[in-house]
Amino acid sequence: MSESNSVGIVKAQVAHFTQPLTLKSGAVLPQYHLTYETYGELNAAKTNAVLICHALSGNHHVAGRYSADDKYPGWWDNLIGPGKPLDTNKFFVIGLNNLGGCHGSSGPSSVDPLTDKPYSATFPVVTVEDWVESQARLLDYLGIDQLAAVIGGSLGGMQALHWNIVYPERVRHAFVIASAPNLTAQNMAFNEVARQAIITDPEFFDGDYYNHGTVPRRGLRIARMLGHITYLSDDVMGEKFGRKLRHGDVKYSFDVEFEMESYLRYQGDKFAGEFDANTYLRMTRALDYFDPALDYEGNLSKALSRAQAKFVVISFTTDWRFSPARSREIVKALLDNALPVKYAEVTSDHGHDAFLMPDPYYHDIMRAYLEQIKV
Amino acid sequence: MTNAKITNIRPDFALITNWVQTKAKVLDLGCGDGTLLTHLHETLETTGYGIEKDDANWLAALKNGVDVIQMNLEEGLSGFEDQSFDTVILSQTLQAMHNTESIVQEMLRVGREVIVTFPNFGYWRNRMQITFGTMPVSKSLPYQWYDTPNVHLCTINDFDDFCVQHQIQVIERKVITGGQDVHLLPNLMGNLAMYRLRKYSA
Repeated sequence: MSESNSVGIVKAQVAHFTQPLTLKSGAVLPQYHLTYETYGELNAAKTNAVLICHALSGNHHVAGRYSADDKYPGWWDNLIGPGKPLDTNKFFVIGLNNLGGCHGSSGPSSVDPLTDKPYSATFPVVTVEDWVESQARLLDYLGIDQLAAVIGGSLGGMQALHWNIVYPERVRHAFVIASAPNLTAQNMAFNEVARQAIITDPEFFDGDYYNHGTVPRRGLRIARMLGHITYLSDDVMGEKFGRKLRHGDVKYSFDVEFEMESYLRYQGDKFAGEFDANTYLRMTRALDYFDPALDYEGNLSKALSRAQAKFVVISFTTDWRFSPARSREIVKALLDNALPVKYAEVTSDHGHDAFLMPDPYYHDIMRAYLEQIKV
Repeated sequence: MTNAKITNIRPDFALITNWVQTKAKVLDLGCGDGTLLTHLHETLETTGYGIEKDDANWLAALKNGVDVIQMNLEEGLSGFEDQSFDTVILSQTLQAMHNTESIVQEMLRVGREVIVTFPNFGYWRNRMQITFGTMPVSKSLPYQWYDTPNVHLCTINDFDDFCVQHQIQVIERKVITGGQDVHLLPNLMGNLAMYRLRKYSA
């Protein structure tokens, strides 16, 4: 199969780091590795690099396929490729798996070289700040001083934002999409329920399930089902499933009765088969902890006072987990600093998931802006 | 920008330019495709932002290199600090606002100076049409009564009264018809009204 505007067959790479990384928690990773992919060519002046920061369940496999018969392409393939809005004929795109992840970078399920066993529960809690630091080191490793752009949605948007707080001189353009300056109590509450589902699963063994030969599948499944509800809007669930029955009539049972249940169970099962529970705990915690204004008397404008990039902030009308109001808080902080910013509120039925979908207006925005970036 | 584009600019845009300081920080409400902001930037080195609700206009403004914020003006300007702009502009949009009173107050809160332009409903051609029994339809009011976005049309006299009632100082007022200044009987002879405003200082 050959797709005309696909980056084609891709291969992940691994970068090893031996300089210890002190995390925000105070814990130290004496060594670690990051798995990443790149698409397009880095130009001679190294001015065309774009970093993609992934969200809760994302990874380094952003575009392309691993083989011709690979069923699904990377998670943001609709955006990235030759001739696509993020055009790999122009840009050198980098995707990585964040620390604590479960797709190749150092994380709870990877082997600790000091013990030759999975880190398991001993892998420290990581934060958005830690990720940005490790991403900066990956750029050093690749010989890139400054990014043409950093792009992230949701938790990835938090990383894109944080880049401008700690490494303002290394970012020329920042895309903060379907994101927030911190999580609301309600948003954190969903994360807590998800974590409790995992932690109370009898197969969890305090996170040491690798050494017990078990997987806390049930907990992970429920966590993902809950997540999915919050990523969709009431409208889109209504359109997609409504009250449709699975078998035509009710069975007066607790098996799947409604189509919606079938969908949630499918999503939950799929996720439980491919994601690591310890990683899920850490990703949700990273979301909870992110609050860059905290070090600046709660003032986000002050937190962003050193920023010097040009910003694109995008929200989606039916996204209630990262609502437009939260994006507008980011916009306000940028306006307060008289920073260049473009803010779009995209009308979409798809809730939080909208940021991964190829909505024409959304992609027109991405394309038009990215075309203007000089490399 | 090409010279052709400058000469083709709307007459009220050219006049607005005279009321904006060099290097001013400008906020343009309902900025459309950003033509005015681009013109101000290129002639006066202004900085600032546009606000635009419509997707197609927003995208056009982005393509023109304007920093454009997509939001509904009816909700006010809560994301903008007091007196954070030199000039806030609302060109030919006032008459289509529902929250007319509050948007003018918001503009005066955010901007040290405010420029408002609107079609004068008191223009004699409009009055004639009413006299002959139909709602006015013209180049400056190009809608039928049933499809017009204009919900708060007013005359120059009405807006003058509004400014007095709301302690708004009129720094300058210009009335034009067909690109020409109108000095005689402006509320009767003027098609387009332009105001440069600020709050009365205590």
